[in-house]
Order: sequence, then C-alpha cells, then structure tokens
Amino acid sequence: MAKTTLTFALMDPPYEDARSTTALRLVDIAARRGYNVNVFAYEGAVFLPFALQKPHANAVHGLDVEAEDHPQTREWVAALIKECERNGGRLDWLNCGLCVDERGAGDSIPGVRRGTPADLWKMAEESDNTLVIAAK
Amino acid sequence: MAKYLLIESRDPFDSNDCAHFCLLAERLAAAGNDVTFFPVQNGVLPARSGAQSKLLADLAAAGVVVLADSFALAERGICTDKLIAGVAAAPLDIVVDQLAEGRKAIWH
Amino acid sequence: MKTLNIVESAYRATLEEQDDTIVWLTHAMKGAGAKIDVLMRGNAVSYVVRGQKVPPLAFGARQQRMSPRLLEDVAGLIAKGVAVYVVNEDLVERGIERTDIIDGPIPLVRSDLPELLDKYPRVWHW
Repeated sequence: MAKTTLTFALMDPPYEDARSTTALRLVDIAARRGYNVNVFAYEGAVFLPFALQKPHANAVHGLDVEAEDHPQTREWVAALIKECERNGGRLDWLNCGLCVDERGAGDSIPGVRRGTPADLWKMAEESDNTLVIAAK
Repeated sequence: MAKYLLIESRDPFDSNDCAHFCLLAERLAAAGNDVTFFPVQNGVLPARSGAQSKLLADLAAAGVVVLADSFALAERGICTDKLIAGVAAAPLDIVVDQLAEGRKAIWH
Repeated sequence: MKTLNIVESAYRATLEEQDDTIVWLTHAMKGAGAKIDVLMRGNAVSYVVRGQKVPPLAFGARQQRMSPRLLEDVAGLIAKGVAVYVVNEDLVERGIERTDIIDGPIPLVRSDLPELLDKYPRVWHW
C-alpha cells in the first residue's frame, strides 16, 4: 500500500498565534505514523525554521535560560524532520522563496528548501490530502 | 455524499464569522454529507455551557459530529463533564485520521 | 485536482506585499497549470468593488511608487479563465451594491455553498 502523504500550507509566523503550534502538532501526529509530510511555508511561516532563533531566560519566572526551556520553533521543526525519518517517512519543508527574501529569513535550519507556489500545487497533487491553515 | 472535516479555530466571542462557518456545516449535513466539526484553540470555548454554546448544540442537533480538541479543552480548564450535550472531547489525531482518509478539510 | 480557493481575509498586508497574497498565489498556481477557481467571501468581496485606489504613500522622503492593484488582479484571474464567485450576502452586509462591482464575478448566496463545494474535490480556505 502506498505511503500516506499529507501537505500542510502554513502562513503564520512563530510567537503570534496558536495556529502555528496546532499545525506542528498535526505534523507531529503524521510523523509518528510514518507518513510523508509536505509543508509549504508561506509568508510569515518561513520564520518557523529560522536558524537564528535564540532562547532566553525569563526574569518574571525567575528562571535561567536552561530552566526556562523557551520554545523555539526551529527546534520543533528539526525534531519533526528527525521524527519523520525515524518512522520511515520524510518531512519536506519548503519555504516560499520570495517570502524569505522580503523578510531576510534566509538562514533556515538544515533540511529546509526554497520553493514557489507551483511547488505547493505539485505537492498537493501528489498528496492524499492538503490542509491550508491561513493567517488572519 | 461527500465527507467533510471542518476545523474551527476561531470562537464566537471574538469572531462573527463563526456563525457562518457553523451554518455551512449545518447546510453540508442537511445536503446529505457526512460532516465532522472539530473545534481547536479558542474554538473550544463555546463547548462549555455559556452564552454562545447554542452554535455547537445546534450543529450536533443537525447531525454534525462535533469533536473538541482535548488538548485545547485541558489548556482552558474545560473538563469533559462541563461539555454541552452533543460535544465530545477528542484527540487531534482525529484530524489526521480524517485527512488521511481523504476528507475535504476546511480550516477556519 | 480541481480546487476551490476561498478567500476571506482582505487588505491584510496588501500595502507591504503589493498584492493580496492569496490572489497572487492563485495567479502563480494558475500559471503553473492549476485547475483552480476562487470564492470571495467575508471582507474579500470588497476586492471586486470598482474604484479602488491606493492614495500616495510616503514615509519621510521615501515615496512608495508602486501600489497594489487588487481589482485588476482579480479581473486578471477572470481573464485567465478562473471562475470568481462572490457571496451576495457579504456584499449586501457591507453596503456594496451590484452596480458597485465589476462585471465577471459570479454571485451566489450562502445557501448555494454546499452545492458549490460539492463540485470541487479540494477546498482551501484562506
């Protein structure tokens, strides 16, 4: 039986809306099942795997950097790429190239590639299903 | 008959458009489609009895399967015994299940 | 697979992007061979209103020379053979009369949506 492939189109930048986390939770479930997962990151979502994200301490919590364990979506994406591989699938994360350029978001973690809307269409055509999670 | 998955991330306290999305779910069900309505994030807020719960109650009464994300419910302190009739808690896995089966999936 | 792109958000960062990013995306995918139509609903119905014009925009001495042309972009989709539907109630609720909109969009009412969605194996809501 052919491997299930799901495509997600994301638009939100990290740290702005609950949609980013929900989207990555969905990718996580698919990754644990060994599905192939495509992500087309459009607009602000190209910052989800941005390599220059840095953790910080939190004086309000009274915690140092290590104890605070501040979420960095680049780490979550990297872990999802590994989780897909571990379960026999693959996560193909495509950042919209023009969105990257206008934001100066070119420093992505390994495993992220540039693409165009034509790639989104191609991914969708080759997938069992596609879910668009748009920004508002 | 087609199968639909409607995922509601917005809540009617913040967005007037929730009513339109619920009405779309009702109409899809009335047209004979198999419809799951899955509130996530703040979309689960009307699952607890309150001023806006009628939207979800009406959906359930119309034959729409209403499943609220258990993670979002727990995050907001909404215990399952506080859910209105017709709404059940469910893991987000349901969304991936239904995507994998090829349902038409619409995120709102 | 035939896809219906539902556009709801309107004027979201259009001054910075010089486009509605979903109308632009639709153009780009159509150019790549996509079988795609568009439903304008919510605030996006305003994109088919005649007479949209962005006033001059400047920040200090920096004059922004190129503005978005949203109406032309939607008309361009129609010219490429993309069916563009608009929800009539969304027009009426916003005080937009039929004479205010360009020729070409296909009006429908909310109760028509299940039948419309039935025609498309894939539905994307933006």
